[in-house]
Formats: sequence, structure tokens, C-alpha cells
Amino acid sequence: MAEQLPRAVELVRRLRSIREVAEVLDGEGELFPYEADAFTLLRGRALAVVFPLSARAVQEIVLACNAAGTSYVARGAGTGLSGGATPVDGCVLIEFSRMNRVLEIDVTNRTAVVEPGVINADLSEMVAPLGLHYAPDPSSQSACTIGGNIAENSGGPHTLKYGTTSPHVLEIEVVLPDATLVKLGRRDGHCAGYDLRGLFVGSEGTLGLVTCATVRLVPDPETVCTLLASFSSLVGACEAVAGIIASGVLPAALELLDDRTIEAVEASVYAAGYPRDARAVLLIELDGAAQGVAEERECVERVCRERQAIDVRAAVDEAERAALWRGRKGAFGAMGRLAPDLYVHDAVVPRTRLPEVVAEINEAAARRGLRLANILHAGDGNLHPNISFDRRDANQLQRVREMGEEILRICIEAGGVLSGEHGIGIEKRDYMRMLFDECDLEPMRWVHDAFDPEDRCNPGKLIPTPRACAESNPRHRGYAKVEF
Amino acid sequence: MSDATAGASGLIDYEATLDCVHCGLCLPSCPTYQETGRESSSPRGRIYLMRGVAEQRLPLEGLVAEEMQLCLGCRACESACPAGVRYGHLLEGARAEIDARGARGRLRRLSERFLLRNLVGRRGSLRGFVAGLRLYQRSRLQAFMRKSRLLWLLPPLARADALLPRISSPHRPPAVVPALGRRRGRVAFFSGCLMPELFGATNAATVEVLVRNGFEVVVPEKQGCCGALQAHCGDLRGAERLRERNRLAFPSEGIDAIVVNSAGCSASLKECGDSLSGAVRDIAEFLADVGIEPPRGRLELRVAYDDPCHLLHGQRIADAPRALMRQIPGVELVDLPGHSDCCGAAGIYNLTQRRMASRLQDRKIEALRRTRPDVLATGNPGCLMQIAAGVRRARLPVEVLHPIDLLARAYAKESQLDF
Ligand SMILES: Cc1cc2nc3c(=O)[nH]c(=O)nc-3n(C[C@H](O)[C@H](O)[C@H](O)COP(=O)(O)OP(=O)(O)OC[C@H]3O[C@@H](n4cnc5c(N)ncnc54)[C@H](O)[C@@H]3O)c2cc1C
Ligand code: SF4
Ligand code: SF4
Repeated sequence: MAEQLPRAVELVRRLRSIREVAEVLDGEGELFPYEADAFTLLRGRALAVVFPLSARAVQEIVLACNAAGTSYVARGAGTGLSGGATPVDGCVLIEFSRMNRVLEIDVTNRTAVVEPGVINADLSEMVAPLGLHYAPDPSSQSACTIGGNIAENSGGPHTLKYGTTSPHVLEIEVVLPDATLVKLGRRDGHCAGYDLRGLFVGSEGTLGLVTCATVRLVPDPETVCTLLASFSSLVGACEAVAGIIASGVLPAALELLDDRTIEAVEASVYAAGYPRDARAVLLIELDGAAQGVAEERECVERVCRERQAIDVRAAVDEAERAALWRGRKGAFGAMGRLAPDLYVHDAVVPRTRLPEVVAEINEAAARRGLRLANILHAGDGNLHPNISFDRRDANQLQRVREMGEEILRICIEAGGVLSGEHGIGIEKRDYMRMLFDECDLEPMRWVHDAFDPEDRCNPGKLIPTPRACAESNPRHRGYAKVEF
Repeated sequence: MSDATAGASGLIDYEATLDCVHCGLCLPSCPTYQETGRESSSPRGRIYLMRGVAEQRLPLEGLVAEEMQLCLGCRACESACPAGVRYGHLLEGARAEIDARGARGRLRRLSERFLLRNLVGRRGSLRGFVAGLRLYQRSRLQAFMRKSRLLWLLPPLARADALLPRISSPHRPPAVVPALGRRRGRVAFFSGCLMPELFGATNAATVEVLVRNGFEVVVPEKQGCCGALQAHCGDLRGAERLRERNRLAFPSEGIDAIVVNSAGCSASLKECGDSLSGAVRDIAEFLADVGIEPPRGRLELRVAYDDPCHLLHGQRIADAPRALMRQIPGVELVDLPGHSDCCGAAGIYNLTQRRMASRLQDRKIEALRRTRPDVLATGNPGCLMQIAAGVRRARLPVEVLHPIDLLARAYAKESQLDF
């Protein structure tokens, strides 16, 4: 950049001199596409993007930033939907895409040791011949990185049965904001004392930088049965979800797509053969031993029919099963074709409240004249109402913003939370107050300040800046070190 | 956000850039991103750069122009993109804008355009040029030049020399070739600009296989280059002139299809959306559709198929060529790792972006080394040249052929059986 301060120039020079740094980008054009991650409503401009190749390099980068008093932000594939990897103006963006080696696969203990830039789906593909897979499967899995998944504690369709990222991460190696390298958790999964690994997973890159992780690999199930149930009403489909769970069956995945979503998917390269005349479909996956799966399938089919399903059918072969899932996973992107912009929302409610919440959200959108499409990790009560819009229309943009707040309000009133899996980032930082009061936020700040007293590690994300008492308590400005 | 409405000027299709939702699902499919890890060398990044230029937040000169040149135009990103972003179309617009603003060095642009318009675009001059090359190869001058290292004094010439396949005799079929046996229909053959000169044998094979399967083949004399290379380089006007010539050359009635054996050309002809587009079929697509009589001649070969980008990503054709080759007795199809990744040929990319092209070529060769097939089959002249050049350099015992060459061989063997 043209008018860089001497200190910034010096910092870039120092970054370039680090041995295991593959590259440092600081040209205007090179930095431009790093302005935002997959959440594009807000953007920032980094001073430089640096590609470390080792933990050692990451430590040196952090040291250099500390010496220059510059903040830094980690970035994986930039598929995050809450602005977690969006640069703070003038920060150093630490891009992990080139730390992407799988270091070890331990078949006996079913673990893998990976660098943070490994792409989620690549890991599963790599261990597939061993009859294993990495269970957390965000829809972005073909692109997103394990480091990003750990930071966001990402989930996916199979979270319902197998859990989010956290239970699959055994040990992580982390560079803390003072540049020390530590290991959190243990490879055997046992843990004594504070579970700092647990604290770190889901901390959205605000407590330090993951440089290596030991993750669990899960054996492929003996049988898998994927059912597609179509419904003529959205509420009917939601009721079937509650019915299935109430019946005692725990599907591996239980997803809901509404008609708008189906329309978009079927028009895309991920067309899966979803029925275009249904108001909603449920994608239900059952897995386990053959006998059990057969019984569960009978039960699920019965529940769906009782809730007025128009049709229930099973994927006949692996190819059809794969197509049904590709359609689901391409669904967000497919909605891009509906309008220039897409706002992907993410919230969770108790799943028994799904029918009324979904109905209420749809009514609220209709009142505002907005186009809403619903994708739900229904089994988890995780909603993704997606709004298609055109940001060039200021009035529409305003309505979209209001709608976002309204969605969160409706969900919280129904006993839900702000985010199921996409994180808080900058997108929802200020909405944290809808869920937490200052007293609740306080301990979060203590934790943050204990790790990152200078507030340089992905600053401005996740935790809203304190309101009233900010002046009186230095800790709130992020300068007091809290010992533990 | 007001800047977003700013001047959507020039040849970049701003509205089409807005189809991109910035999801990033295309990143892993992009060869230049795989190699560099840079967002600006990724599809999402390039679209964002185009948007930035259209919104006048970013200059076109410098990095943007470079990234548009570094892009292979392979369109692997389109196959991965759920939002249906028309990346190929966007890229053409961006490159045209670069040319219009002279952001790529006048001399380079003009010489490239001159060559493409006057050499490739004109049959006569291309014929003369290739005849010269053929002579060069056969007169031992090539051997001399290579041995004497004189070539390395002229790097661009050395590059072109390394790429050149062993040039077979040109293919000059009669205007109409009658069907053999029961007549099933009538097709027009689009013979291409480079194919008849550099791959005469493959063009001959194409006509033979069509005829053998009951199709009368007409070969319009006045046809010429499809204009794809010109359009990909941003010369939209030059491309349009060539398309006009083809519209006049090809009959609009009385044929079942216009059959093309070069994936780059069939993709381009299908896409330009003119009166010819609807009739255009890639040879593999056409034959798989109408069904062939399985050849009886045996070829005991392990064959690895590499998807040409313009067939796989440009036309979504993956099964047809494989299905055809599977019908040849004795042929064993083996899976080539990375078969859907670009080989680095990408039109004239291997001449203009040498470093990236050879990195991608190396990956292909590495895959071949691991797979060890007898034959590498792929259906596009650029890919045939690029992969064959790599194979020659690595001295691998792999023959590089068009799938239609294999079919023709199997049919030829059949006649040996009969007699
Ligand atoms: C189409 C689409 C579908 C999606 N589907 C899902 C889904 O089903 N479930 C789900 O949970 N999410 C989903 N997401 C959101 C997103 O993909 C996930 O949050 C993912 O984990 C982000 O990974 P990433 O590598 O892209 O990280 P980035 O977006 O680059 O970064 C995300 C956060 O992680 C931090 N980070 C990255 N690497 C490190 C590191 N090494 N150390 C410390 N912090 C780091 C960043 O600072 C940032 O805060 C989806 C997104 C898209 C675009
Ligand atoms: S055309 Fe090929 S090289 Fe260019 S952005 Fe798309 S995938 Fe990458
Ligand atoms: S996959 Fe399509 S929509 Fe997503 S970032 Fe790439 S080009 Fe844009």
C-alpha cells in the first residue's frame, strides 16, 4: 500500500524475514479479496496476509505483531458466516491454507494428527479406504478447514447423532497471544484440571491460534439408509421431526428443506431429484447395524405418514444417497441464484417449538415483503432461515437487518440461542446482549483477558464491548492481566 | 453500501458477478488456488476483483490484469459452484476489458491478437505454417536444433518446440463422405483449425467412426476456427467474425448434428448461443447418445482417461467418452488421480503462463507415473499436446490419444479379423 506507516513497513519486512513463512502479501489488489469471509455485509482491510508453514513461524509472527502493537486475525478457508475471519483494519491476517498436512493416522486408536489448514472433506476422503471418517460434516466441508471448524465448533447434518466438532477434538497445539506454544487436552481424551481444550474449541480465534490438532476418526456404520419424505405443509414436516425424536429413534441426520430451497437446488449443478411440488422435505439418515436400521426405518416411515407425508422413499443406491446429500450441502450456495445477496441466518430453538417458530418467522418475513427460504438441521432444532435480497436497495437492506433481529428475538423468546453453529463473530456480537446481561458477559471477558490481555488476537469479535462500567474497570478495556 | 451501485462500467458483467455469494465452495477445485493458496488466485477472489474493478474500488492494471491472465479458464469452479455463477462468461468480459483499456502491455496483446487472428483464424496461413513445421520435424532440422541447444537461445521457440506433437499428415476429407452399411443419419463435421493440421489422423478417425456407424458426413469447405481462443484472450470482436463465417458455412437443415471432436471448440460453439449452437454435439456425446456398434477388434490396453476441462466443466460430459471406450474389447479403464484437474494447456495458456502451466503438467505426469497406463486418452487438442509433451519429457511409455483414435483402431482391427 502506498501510504504505509514506517512501523507497518518495518512489520511487513520482519514478517518476510521469518524462515518458515511461505509468502507475505501486502499489495492493494492482493489484499482486496480478503476484505470479508462468506459474511459479506461488513469488511475490513488487513495490512498484510501471511502464510505460515509451521507452528514456529506462527510464534514468530505473533512476536512480530506484539512488538509492533498490531493485532492479528486467523483465517482458514474464509467460509465463515459470521465475519470471524474478517480483518480488523490494519491487522495481520494469518492464513493457514498452506499448513495443510495430515501428519499421522493412527488406525488402532482411530485418531489423526492434522495441521489446521487441512480441508475437512479431504481428511474423510483420505481415511475412507480404512473404513473411517471424520464425523463433523458442515455443509461447507468440501472447502472449510479443520482449524476453522475448531474455532467455530462447527456442526453439520450428522451432529444430531455424532455431536459438533468439540467431542471429536482430543488435543490441540496452540500458539497463545504471548507467543508461547502449548498443548491443550490429551490424545487419549482424558483430561484433568480445567478443560482448556473445551474452552478453546468454539472460541472463534480470539484466544490464540491452533497449529495442530489430534482428532477422532469414526468407523463407517455397517448400514446406512437415507430417506426422503415429502410434505405438503411446512408445519407438518416440523411436526414429523418432533414425532421422530419422540418415538425414540435417533437418526444420524434429520434435515428439513422447504420449497424455495428445493427450487434453488434443483436449478443448480447440485440438483438432487428433490420433489419440486412438495412444500417441504425431510432428509432422514439412519445408520448402524442392519437389523436396527430396518426397524428404525419402519418407525420413521410410520411417523411421517401419520403426519401426512405425501411420499416417503429411500435412496436406492450409494449414488442416489450421495446426490441427495450433495443437494443438501450445496443448498446455501444454490440460493445465491435467487438474488444478488444472501443472508444466511443461524439460530437454535428447542425442537418441540419448531413448528410455531418456523411459522412465526415466515409470517414476519412475509410482512416485510422479504423472500425467505428455510433449511433446518431440524433434529437439533437448528434453523437457517435465508433471506435473498439486493443490497443496492437501501430500503430492502434495512428490512433485512430488521428481519435478522426479529428472527433472533423470536428464537430467544422460544427458549433458543443466538447461533447453532456459525458463531457470533462480528455479525452477532452486539446481539449477545439479547441473550446475556452484563453480569453474564463479565466472566467471558475475564477468560478472554486472561489469554489475550492486550486484545490483539482477533479483536472486536464475539464479546460485545462493555457498556457502563468500562471506564471504571481497566480489565474491560482489555489491558489488565488476570492471573489464574 | 452505496459504492456497490457505482459505475458498473465497461465489459465486466457486473450483474453476473453478483451471483457469487462468496461461499468459497469453489476454492478447492481451482488449480491456481491449489498451487498458490492465494485468495486472489481463486475463483471467488477473481470474481471479487472483477466486482471491485466494476465498482471502481480497484484499478484494473497490475494485479487484477495478472490474475485474469493466470486463470486457466478451465471452469472447474463452475462445476463446483452451487450458485450457478457463469465464470467463463465473466472471465471473457474481464479480459476484454483489460484489452480495451490496454492494461496488459500493447505489444504483447497485439502480437497475440495478430497471431490468433491471422494465423489460427485463417486457414490458408495456418496450413502453410504447419506444413513448414512438419517439414521442420521431418528434415532433421528439429533434431539438429534440439541437439545443438540453439533452441535455448530463443525461449519462446523452445517452448513451442517442446509442445509440438509429432505432426501427422493433414486431413482433407471430401465434402461428403457416404455412410457405410445401413444409413442412420447425416451429420456435419466441424473439423476445427488446428485439428486437421496437427491431428489429421484424429480427424480421419472421427470421420471413419461416424461413417462406420451409419452416418453420412458432410464437411463444409468454408468453415474455420470457432473463435474460442480469441474470445478467451479478450478479443471478442475477432471471435465474432469467425463465428459469422461458420454460421454461413454450415447448413441449418438436413443434418442431425454438427459433430465436433475438440472439446474446446464444442464448448465454445455451444455457448455462443447462435443459430449453430443448438445443433452442436461433442463427438463422444453424440456417439454415446445414438449408440455405437461395439467394435469387435480387441485392444489389450490399460487406458487412463483425463477429462478435458471444456468437456467436463464446460459441457458436463464425463460418462460418454468412458462409456465408449469401455465398449472396446480388451480395454481396461483405469482411474487417473486428478483426472478432473486442468493439465495446464488451457488454450494458449501453456505459452503465456509457463510456470503455472508446467506445475500443472507435472502433477499430471506424476499421476501417470503412479498409474502406468498404456494409453492416456483425452478429447481436446490442447490437452493432447500438453500431456504428450510432458510424457515425452519424462520419457514415460505412455501413448497419448483421443478416445476416438482408440475406437477407430478397434474398428480397423475388426477388418483384419474379417479377412
Ligand atoms: C455454504 C456454506 C455452508 C456452511 N455450512 C455450515 C454447517 O453446516 N455447519 C457449520 O457449523 N458451519 C457452516 N458454515 C460456516 C463455516 O463453513 C464454518 O464456520 C467453518 O468452520 C469455517 O471454516 P474456515 O476454514 O472457512 O474458517 P474461516 O472462515 O477462515 O475462519 C473461521 C474462524 O476461525 C478462525 N480460525 C481459522 N483458523 C484458525 C486457526 N488455525 N486457529 C485459530 N482460529 C482459527 C478465524 O479467525 C475465524 O474466526 C457454512 C458456510 C458456508 C459458506
Ligand atoms: S477457470 Fe479454472 S483457474 Fe480460473 S478460477 Fe476457475 S477453476 Fe480457477
Ligand atoms: S462457489 Fe460460486 S458462489 Fe461460491 S464463492 Fe465460488 S463462485 Fe462464488
